[in-house]
Amino acid sequence: MGDRLEICQTSGDRFEICPRNEEAILKTAAGRLINKVEALGTTTRGWIETVGRGSIFFFQGLLQLLVLPVQFSKILEHTWFIGMKSMMVIVLTGIFTGMVLGLQGYYTLVRFGSEGMLGSAVALTLIRELGPVLTAIMVAARAGSAMAAEIGVMRISEQIDALETMDVNPVRYLFAPRIVAGVISFPLLTALFDVIGIFGGYLTGSLLLGINPGIYLYRVRDSVIMADVTGGFIKSLVFSLVVTTVCCSRGYFTHLHTTGGFGAKGVSHSTTTAVVNSCVLILVFDYIITYLLL
Amino acid sequence: MKKTNIELYVGLFMIIGLLCSAYLVVQVGGLKLTRKDHYSVYAYFSSVSGLKPGANVEMAGVAIGNVSRISLDKEQLLAKLELSIDNHYMFSEDVIASVKTSGIIGDKYIDLAPGGSEFDLEPGATIFNTESSLDIESLVSKYIFSDKE
Amino acid sequence: MTQPFIEFKNVRKSFDSNPVMQGVDLLIYKGEITVVIGKSGCGKSVLLKHIIGLETQDSGVISIAGQDLANMDREARKRFKQKTSYMFQNNALFDSLNVFDNIALPLAEGSSLSKKEIRDRVFMRMEQLEILGIEGRYSTQLSGGMRKRVALARALVTDPDLVLFDEPTTGLDPVRKNAVHSMIKEYQERFGFTAVVVSHEIPEIFEIAQRVAMLDKGRILFQGNPEEIQGSTIDQVRSFINGRE
Repeated sequence: MGDRLEICQTSGDRFEICPRNEEAILKTAAGRLINKVEALGTTTRGWIETVGRGSIFFFQGLLQLLVLPVQFSKILEHTWFIGMKSMMVIVLTGIFTGMVLGLQGYYTLVRFGSEGMLGSAVALTLIRELGPVLTAIMVAARAGSAMAAEIGVMRISEQIDALETMDVNPVRYLFAPRIVAGVISFPLLTALFDVIGIFGGYLTGSLLLGINPGIYLYRVRDSVIMADVTGGFIKSLVFSLVVTTVCCSRGYFTHLHTTGGFGAKGVSHSTTTAVVNSCVLILVFDYIITYLLL
Repeated sequence: MKKTNIELYVGLFMIIGLLCSAYLVVQVGGLKLTRKDHYSVYAYFSSVSGLKPGANVEMAGVAIGNVSRISLDKEQLLAKLELSIDNHYMFSEDVIASVKTSGIIGDKYIDLAPGGSEFDLEPGATIFNTESSLDIESLVSKYIFSDKE
Repeated sequence: MTQPFIEFKNVRKSFDSNPVMQGVDLLIYKGEITVVIGKSGCGKSVLLKHIIGLETQDSGVISIAGQDLANMDREARKRFKQKTSYMFQNNALFDSLNVFDNIALPLAEGSSLSKKEIRDRVFMRMEQLEILGIEGRYSTQLSGGMRKRVALARALVTDPDLVLFDEPTTGLDPVRKNAVHSMIKEYQERFGFTAVVVSHEIPEIFEIAQRVAMLDKGRILFQGNPEEIQGSTIDQVRSFINGRE
């Protein structure tokens, strides 16, 4: 018979592929193709499920924010973790980003004889784009990974189930304070990044390459308008929701993503995907917001 | 003990963050905290090509305000500018407003040249004497074509 | 006989086409210690999780005090949950919180008690379970027996009517095992709660049990008092009790 398919009449006018030939069918080229297509379908369904779960999780979190009492001490704790503890890394990345913008900008602008515009170039790049985006990515890497890992460990060691048995809503307990802490921390960290970055541009531009500091600062003030600043803040607010939601939901649903492994491996997979997905989504949302704001 | 530490650090973080935000918003973004120190006047131009909201309004090279809004007047089909002028400065009603460029490829701004009338320009009034922006492209093409002929 | 506190009627549950409970019928009476025995992986924990609502059955009815758990209104379900505690097999202590906060959490999050009242109740439970002095430590710094007692304190701090124990003695030495058993018995007698214990510890567990149920292949093979099960004539029950296949 080889690889030929066999159709047999089962009852009356119904025809079916014979069950005993099923393996043979799967070995045929068509069968292999079907397998591939099926795998693609499974993956797609997994993505859709993840997005759906994440969205529902997000709205549950928002809903829990409306439930009194306000969880002040937990918000404080997470603000400390997301905001205060990220300051050092933000200062470092901010100053070097500003410095490199100063260098690159200077050598580009000097060709057109308009190195006096360096202040505008640095300030606009930072306030519109790099400030919110790099801050969000750094915080996702630092605090987001920790969120995903912590919640993931709580999931696999049944601590989340334990919360449920105590009639404590885990979404409220774990996610809601982190949303608030993120919404507080991200814009402040972004502002810090912008200011430090502008200072970094001043370091290279004025101290190293000799642009008049007065002109540099005048250009900074002159070229940036209020819409740029508010746009940057809007971005950082959206990114805060993206990062907290992605990282918390990845950790929270660790047990449902078994492709990356179980137990400790599952947590490590959750942590990695949380950071990667956050970063990708930050850039996607950055494009969308920029498009809408312009 | 540990709790107060967290509160202290979060407080510190908030202060630093808010100071940075305030610097960005007030100094860099140029938010007017008090609305009262500016007044608005209006001016119509046949073209304000290249002019952006927020551009400077200068007199004798000194910045005295900025362009707060640019819109198209639907009846006259002219560009309508709202100029926000510092309260310290008053002009005569026949002041001349023109769109100028700083350098050849620099930013556009509005230049005010003093007039001679004895009446002051009231807040909310309209400047009648205006000169539209110099169109470099048409100047250049004019020069080229005249050369050919 | 009195009305049972919890009743399972033909409860079925499967995970992805893998049947775990295939028509469980079980009665649990108020104020008694009911022990569920059975081979590892036969679905004992799943059965417990159904009572507290961590899992929901595919079909069948679970009723609490005559009320269908699935159709309970929100308020009643909340009240039932607040009066029920669950002790996890691996304790499920919050490892980022210290012992005091662990025990206080059900009260701090689920009740409107003042800080002082919570503190008093936590310390009272800690004293009863003889774990005073470790309130500032974290669960990873404690020995297995200590962790069990902290978990028990957390389960009892809400003064529950029903406590579900999922293999409370796994990983303990024989002395500790007996200590946990007598602890369960002692507190059950003192506080009068209803207890459901999932356990492998045969025959020790029979000493504290008032009712025993054996789960095998997704069904309850036997339920009755400890004497009855030891005298049972069902083959699987006898071989399981004697530790033979």
